[in-house]
Amino acid sequence: MSELKMPIYFDYAATTPVDPRVAEKMMQYLTPMGVFGNPASKSHSFGWEAEAAVEEARGNVAALINADPKEIVWTSGATESNNLAIKGAAHFNERRGKHIITCKTEHKAVLDTCRQLEREGFEVTYLDPEPNGLIDLAKLKAAMREDTTVVSIMHVNNETGVIQDIAAIGEMCRANKTIFHVDAAQSAGKVPIDIEALKVDMMSFSAHKIYGPKGIGALYVRRKPRVRIEAQTHGGGHERGMRSGTLPTHQIVGMGEAFRIAKLEMNAENDRILMLRNRLYDGLKDIEEVYVNGDLEHRVAGILNISFNYVEGESLMMSLKGLAMSSGSACTSASLEPSYVLRALGRSDELAHSSLRLSMGRFSKVEEVDYAIERIRAAVEKLRELSPLWEMFQEGIDISKVEWVSH
Amino acid sequence: MAYGEKVIDHYENPRNVGSFSKADLNIGTGMVGAPACGDVMKLQIKVNDQGIIEDAKFKTYGCGSAIASSSLLTEWVKGKTLEEAKLIKNTDIAAELDLPPVKIHCSVLAEDAIRTAIEDYQKKQQEQAGA
Repeated sequence: MSELKMPIYFDYAATTPVDPRVAEKMMQYLTPMGVFGNPASKSHSFGWEAEAAVEEARGNVAALINADPKEIVWTSGATESNNLAIKGAAHFNERRGKHIITCKTEHKAVLDTCRQLEREGFEVTYLDPEPNGLIDLAKLKAAMREDTTVVSIMHVNNETGVIQDIAAIGEMCRANKTIFHVDAAQSAGKVPIDIEALKVDMMSFSAHKIYGPKGIGALYVRRKPRVRIEAQTHGGGHERGMRSGTLPTHQIVGMGEAFRIAKLEMNAENDRILMLRNRLYDGLKDIEEVYVNGDLEHRVAGILNISFNYVEGESLMMSLKGLAMSSGSACTSASLEPSYVLRALGRSDELAHSSLRLSMGRFSKVEEVDYAIERIRAAVEKLRELSPLWEMFQEGIDISKVEWVSH
Repeated sequence: MAYGEKVIDHYENPRNVGSFSKADLNIGTGMVGAPACGDVMKLQIKVNDQGIIEDAKFKTYGCGSAIASSSLLTEWVKGKTLEEAKLIKNTDIAAELDLPPVKIHCSVLAEDAIRTAIEDYQKKQQEQAGA
């Protein structure tokens, strides 16, 4: 095995490093020697050049999803895009109805936005996903009403990697004259998106999940048929009034370059990353009492979410200091609650506490996966030796039937 | 979560891992916590005729602090009388391991475990005496 640089990064779903090609390009838009102008300056070449760079980047973002560049609005990231889309559309259509539908496994940027709208008097239906993480379309249909103005469903789930059937949901929304918003932070550049073929009205993007910089994102807002939203940030009227604020040229150029590279390399990259994930899963699946969280077929290539029963996630990560990853264990969050996403899938608290999310990407290597397999196997074995639950399982005791003295 | 050195030491080299036969009269077993909460501790003590804890073993499902708290406790109770062992406070464990506030519950659980183990032992002894 070649020398591995420690710790190894297995958290690409949290964020990705900026591709050196992207960073190189961004650096040309900051300094006195570079294109540092304000893209809104119409009276001199500094502004014109910056504007040209912003528009080229807009074209690159649009091209990845087969949209018109005029449909792309720059934001600070997917969280802002989700806020703008959901609040913007809900408020604009307030007179038509005040009902919103989303799913319990959405990102907090969607769920908390919906909670805020509830406080403002909107009604929100939070759908339960099926145990494999997918939404039952019949249940969505049953939840739809005449006054449902917005449906917000993510494309790829950030914890499990499960891919929702956006095409089918889009058809249902269009038939009901409901605006359909999709959080695509985890799917852009990883799953093909043809916005022309999809009946999606708004879509949120983030640069830092696909090798661009943090602090920049975009919202796709459909022009035909036209979707109208109420601005959430007011000011100089940038981005056709939908999102005011001076455009950060270097960030935008970085996002554009990241999306351009993604379009060129996505297919080959996906094959390679899927090979890595399959190798990882194959190396772990014969361990006793291992459960994959979320559907294995309808899943983005880079994410494996797996529970090692009777082993607690945080202590497992402590044994795996050489691997940087996430756990659904309560101990890794401030809330002391295990992953709400895994709980919504119907996983027991125990299995949620025992979960690891390993996510791989552009710079992941076969040797790193092999090292992870070896380390995880050893750590699970060690911690099971320490686990009273594992001992009870070996003795044939059904742990779900034990009366625990809760604290 | 950044851990203190002592937690890491107990986590990496846990002391006294294992189990005694629950049925034996000279063994007291304390099992506390719940899987749903992310912590389960099993602490067992072996008590000799003089009422002194001559050995202790543990198994813990939980975070590093929970494992360290129970490992430390097994070291502390060995050689103590039951009365002395009852005096161990969760604050002593938290202080020794330098636990951060969010991990104090791990030391509380360890205190519960030793008390439950002592009660279990004493109950067995009383039942034996009564029989």
